Amino acid sequence: MKSRIFRAPEGSSTGGASEAATLSTAPAVGAHASAPLGPIKIAARDVSVFYGEKQALFDVSLEIPDKTVTALIGPSGCGKSTFLRTMNRMNDTIPGTRVTGRIEMDGEDINDRKIDPVLLRAQVGMVFQKPNPFPKSIYENVAYGPKIHGLASTKGEMDEIVQKSLKRAGLWDEVADRLHSPGTGLSGGQQQRLVIARAIAVEPEVILMDEPCSALDPIATAKIEELIDELRERYCIVIVTHSMAQAARVSQRTAFFHMGKLVETGDTEEIFTNPRERRTLDYITGRFG
Amino acid sequence: MIWIFLLLLIAFAVLAYVAGRALAVRRSRGAKSHSRPGQHGLYALSWVGAPALAMLIAASVFSTSIEQQMMRAGAPDSVAQLEPFRREAFFADARLVGAGQEARQIWPAPYAEDLPAEGRRAHRIAATLNWGGGVAALIAAVLGGLFVFTRIRPDLRARNKVEGWITGVLFACSAVAVLTTLGIIFSLVIDSLRFFSMVPITEFLFGTKWSPQIAIRADQVGSSGAFGAVPLFAGTFLIMAIAMAVAAPIGLFSAVYLSEYSGKKTRAMVKPALEVLAGVPTVVYGFFAALTVGPALRVFFNGIGDMLIGGPLNGLGIYLSLVQNQMALVAGAVMGIMLIPFVSSLSDDILNAVPQSLRDGSYAMGATKSETIKKVLLPAALPGVAGALLLAVSRAIGETMIVTMAAGLAAKLTLNPLETVTTVTVQIVTLLTGDQEFNSPKTLAAFGLGLTLFVVTLLLNIVAMRIVQAYREQYD
Repeated sequence: MKSRIFRAPEGSSTGGASEAATLSTAPAVGAHASAPLGPIKIAARDVSVFYGEKQALFDVSLEIPDKTVTALIGPSGCGKSTFLRTMNRMNDTIPGTRVTGRIEMDGEDINDRKIDPVLLRAQVGMVFQKPNPFPKSIYENVAYGPKIHGLASTKGEMDEIVQKSLKRAGLWDEVADRLHSPGTGLSGGQQQRLVIARAIAVEPEVILMDEPCSALDPIATAKIEELIDELRERYCIVIVTHSMAQAARVSQRTAFFHMGKLVETGDTEEIFTNPRERRTLDYITGRFG
Repeated sequence: MIWIFLLLLIAFAVLAYVAGRALAVRRSRGAKSHSRPGQHGLYALSWVGAPALAMLIAASVFSTSIEQQMMRAGAPDSVAQLEPFRREAFFADARLVGAGQEARQIWPAPYAEDLPAEGRRAHRIAATLNWGGGVAALIAAVLGGLFVFTRIRPDLRARNKVEGWITGVLFACSAVAVLTTLGIIFSLVIDSLRFFSMVPITEFLFGTKWSPQIAIRADQVGSSGAFGAVPLFAGTFLIMAIAMAVAAPIGLFSAVYLSEYSGKKTRAMVKPALEVLAGVPTVVYGFFAALTVGPALRVFFNGIGDMLIGGPLNGLGIYLSLVQNQMALVAGAVMGIMLIPFVSSLSDDILNAVPQSLRDGSYAMGATKSETIKKVLLPAALPGVAGALLLAVSRAIGETMIVTMAAGLAAKLTLNPLETVTTVTVQIVTLLTGDQEFNSPKTLAAFGLGLTLFVVTLLLNIVAMRIVQAYREQYD
């Protein structure tokens, strides 16, 4: 069964839907799970990460399909955030970090010397645990990326980008009349949607989310989850989450990490209803973590 | 004399501790005591030591004026009729004679006879006061001891009371700093008021001529004195502006380098080096300005001037070829160097306080390091940096040594950095060094200047502290 971890996702999409209905103890599984998965967007092969002498990630191989939400779950310190940060080379900004193995995006190794990490990060947006709007106006926050990368040549174009991004992030209606008030004055959930708008303003292909709801209340969380589901139509989304219920609600694919190793990956329904590994079962039923 | 009493007092206090402890042990025999014996001991020590110490301090503070009163009261008629400062001089000599030394001046007939008797009287008075103070202190110690030893019982909450004494001691220490500040302000204000009663405050604040030399005797050739401080304010401002023009960019950029670019090793070397720079005494910067930078800049400008002479810019050439060592530029530039570590270490702290999440957010958008610094970090840190710069400004305004040595003394109203100018602090130094007549406006002008300086730097500091405080709260 080992080969199933790397199998092509196309044929696997309707895996365990019937089992989901029979297991009442399992968390509710996303209604969109049966939607067809896109082609492979990112493929990691034997990725290891070292912080100085300490190895944080051991030979992780994982394929991430496009137009899909992939959830990375696992207990604290299991390496899921580290893995997430290898995909836009954010680990480069931490001195003493070393990454081995290959990470291919659309077939190209992103750790190759030809790849400029700065440009890569424009293609791979990231949303962090705590909302981190810049101390600027809402408009300036969203316009930040387009300005840096020169995506708009006129004020009109910029206005359009800002409006489009805020609309996609589901924030436009709430802030349309105060675009020039500070972004830090919004509520936590609004701030998180603002940074999502900021990330999608540069037209990324992949959006990485590092526990995007852990600092939010349940209502704001529900909104973000709804938003993630809408964004799936355009982007490849990878989300790290501590909440198994959230992974079940928003993701179609799930990867379970433990002690820096990838234990198991598969369709979300299957992982939650019929995991192959004992450790996965223990984790999702709350026996540890 | 007072030292003997002090030693005696310490002995008493130790004794009180031991006795209090022993007493507590004996009285609590059988019963359960609220506090431990040592705490009873400390409580006893406080009650014996504190009143006695207070008494000794009071005695040494008031004894001088009491002694003067007593000397005056008992003086013979001839002495009592002297003018006040002659009388005080006589008493001072009497004290010397009483202590077995020579009188400082030779007194004429009626006074010379009185001198030995007055000396003996002065000696008696001094001895009485000394002994009186000491004995009063000992009595206070004994009374305190009587009070406390009757109270030592098992249910006495000595532990809590000792806590109260400790709070009191700590409060007294902090009160010293506050009271000293208040005292300084008080003396500044009083003497300034005396100055402003001689020179109108409007003339001082808005007059454009500064020439404090006053003819002391009527026949002396001298100006009548002019106390318009505007040239001093202008000179201070000019030098401060030059210093900030040097310190603000260099300090800020080195802070950016230290906090954002440098590796651990570089940081470990550069930071201590900057701190050493901050520890160099300003008088050393003064040497450096007066003996190295000044002549070097003079040679530089004279050279340019020599080249220009005879050309189309002949006038400028002549001017430059006559530039002297002492100029605002030298003092300002060296003061700027002095302020670099100050600005950079404060700005470094402020940049480090900007949350890492903002940097991550910017990098994750595909921004480079310098874009992140320019567009996210510096705007976020701006209020704090502004506060740091204001603190530096207030230091630049109050800095004395460098300007004294390198800026010159001529009070010129100019904004030309190549001219010699003078500052408020330099004038305070020149007004108060050497022999001074205390009542002349010349001397008192120093207090007027000091008060102005104090008010300006106080306001700057308050504003800067507010800004930095508000900035810190934003990210805590």
